[in-house]
Amino acid sequence: MVRKVKSGNLFHGISGLKNLLSRCYIGLIVLFLYAPILVLIVLSFNRSRSRVTWGGFTLEWYGQLFSNRQIMDALVTTLVLAFLSALIATVIGVLAALGIHAMRQRNYQIMMIFTNIPILNADIVTGISLMLWFVHFMPLGFGSVLIAHITFNIPYVILSVMPKIRQMNVSLYEAARDLGANAVYGFFRVILPQLLSGIVSGFFMAFTMSMDDFVITYFTKGAGVSTLSTMIYGEIRKGIKPEMYALSTIIFVTMFLILLAVNYWPEKKPAVREEQRF
Amino acid sequence: MINRLKSVNKRIWLSGPYAVWVFGFTVIPLCMIIRAALTAREGGFTTGNIVAIFDPIHLKAMLFSLEIAAGCTVLCILLSYPLVLAMRQLNMGKKGFMMFVLILPMWMNFILRILAWQMILSNNGILNFLLRSAGLGELSVANTGAAIMIGVVYDYLPYMMLPIFNAVAEINEDLIEAARDLGANGFTVFCKVIFPLSIPGLLSGIVMVFVPSMTSFVISDILGGGKLQLIGNVIEQEFTKSMNQNLGSGLSVSLMIFVLISMAFTMKNDREGKRSAIW
Repeated sequence: MVRKVKSGNLFHGISGLKNLLSRCYIGLIVLFLYAPILVLIVLSFNRSRSRVTWGGFTLEWYGQLFSNRQIMDALVTTLVLAFLSALIATVIGVLAALGIHAMRQRNYQIMMIFTNIPILNADIVTGISLMLWFVHFMPLGFGSVLIAHITFNIPYVILSVMPKIRQMNVSLYEAARDLGANAVYGFFRVILPQLLSGIVSGFFMAFTMSMDDFVITYFTKGAGVSTLSTMIYGEIRKGIKPEMYALSTIIFVTMFLILLAVNYWPEKKPAVREEQRF
Repeated sequence: MINRLKSVNKRIWLSGPYAVWVFGFTVIPLCMIIRAALTAREGGFTTGNIVAIFDPIHLKAMLFSLEIAAGCTVLCILLSYPLVLAMRQLNMGKKGFMMFVLILPMWMNFILRILAWQMILSNNGILNFLLRSAGLGELSVANTGAAIMIGVVYDYLPYMMLPIFNAVAEINEDLIEAARDLGANGFTVFCKVIFPLSIPGLLSGIVMVFVPSMTSFVISDILGGGKLQLIGNVIEQEFTKSMNQNLGSGLSVSLMIFVLISMAFTMKNDREGKRSAIW
């Protein structure tokens, strides 16, 4: 009894130290990940156009941002591109995952290898190979970039939906069919709700990847189109327009708030998820 | 019942659009790049563009890329495990928080974030300002391999942390309890239980970090000061500056061959469905 209490105390002391170390380590990693973001946010309030000197606080760039046509055009292109490519990739990807899952072992593996190609291949190789193909039948522009983005987005959707399909309770769908639901009704009422979390995270990943892509866009875009990424790349030598920092800060803070809301919204999930697995 | 559903299998046709897409925009483009690689600039068949990877300049870039990629992968692994263990220690095993912290930075444009690192690391940048203020002297990492290394580790760390974290989060707590009851200390639990069960995540992480860190050209462009070239920079310049698409394609194809070989090597241990979800 005594020994137990002692070792309990000892354990408590060590685990207290461990907790402290753990906190410090997590703090350091977060600092590493967010330090450059902090720098960019500070720069968006910098009156000086130079990156290296602090010229005092200003909101000027936020004001000018919305009247800067070039930046606004690039923003619209980027958002439309991300939304459309994520949407189309999600539709094709979810259907593909359902189909691939029903395949026999060998075909299943072949399809999964093809699915992994755009993920495994270097972005630069994907971008170049698409560009070499596009020039044969279409002008490089918004359309070619959209196709390219869909191409690299589909695998993310498939990979996030596939685990949900594996866990799916097939009897529910069977029961619905037995009770007279047709295939389409059964799909929307029974299968889709079970896959929803995978579909949402797949769509979100695809959207994020598309927003953040530079390399593939750079090679497939042609002269007329520019996204925020390619615009920023073009400005590296000349110096980044301060409005760009302001815009990035707005996008970042918006996403921060959205993600915060989504993550800390009161959860309604049933506690016994595990038992539903098939 | 599963068998019935499997055998009916009209479901396979749902993947029709995707199969067409894969053929049109993955298979054919790869054939195009291979064709371009096997064509001499003046026309006619050649293997010269692919073998060109062994030219001293290209080989140097390739070896430097390998060095960066290997270093980046190892550093990401070494940084990821303590984080995952720390999260466990604090019972922060919830997936939501981790996703949040690691995905959020991607919403700040990646090139801007790398430019911010340039400002932090430059000789009269923020880091040196802090070090000088603390009386610790100065570092000159700007425009060196070290700066590139910091950049790639920064950019690809989430891709290593997430899959390892997911794999570890799935470990049944009872297994660890059991190991402890049988007298294993923390270190043994890690070596015999946590690490082996995290290997599927580790493999996903390696796949997601190694190739991109080897071929990135923007990071080396910005943080290497334009003097240090990764193989990605060489390929990019063949397309945008030297305008030799065939040589660029040839180098891409040899890069692809190398990637395929190394991935086949990594995936050999990775059986069907074992690789844990990346997200």
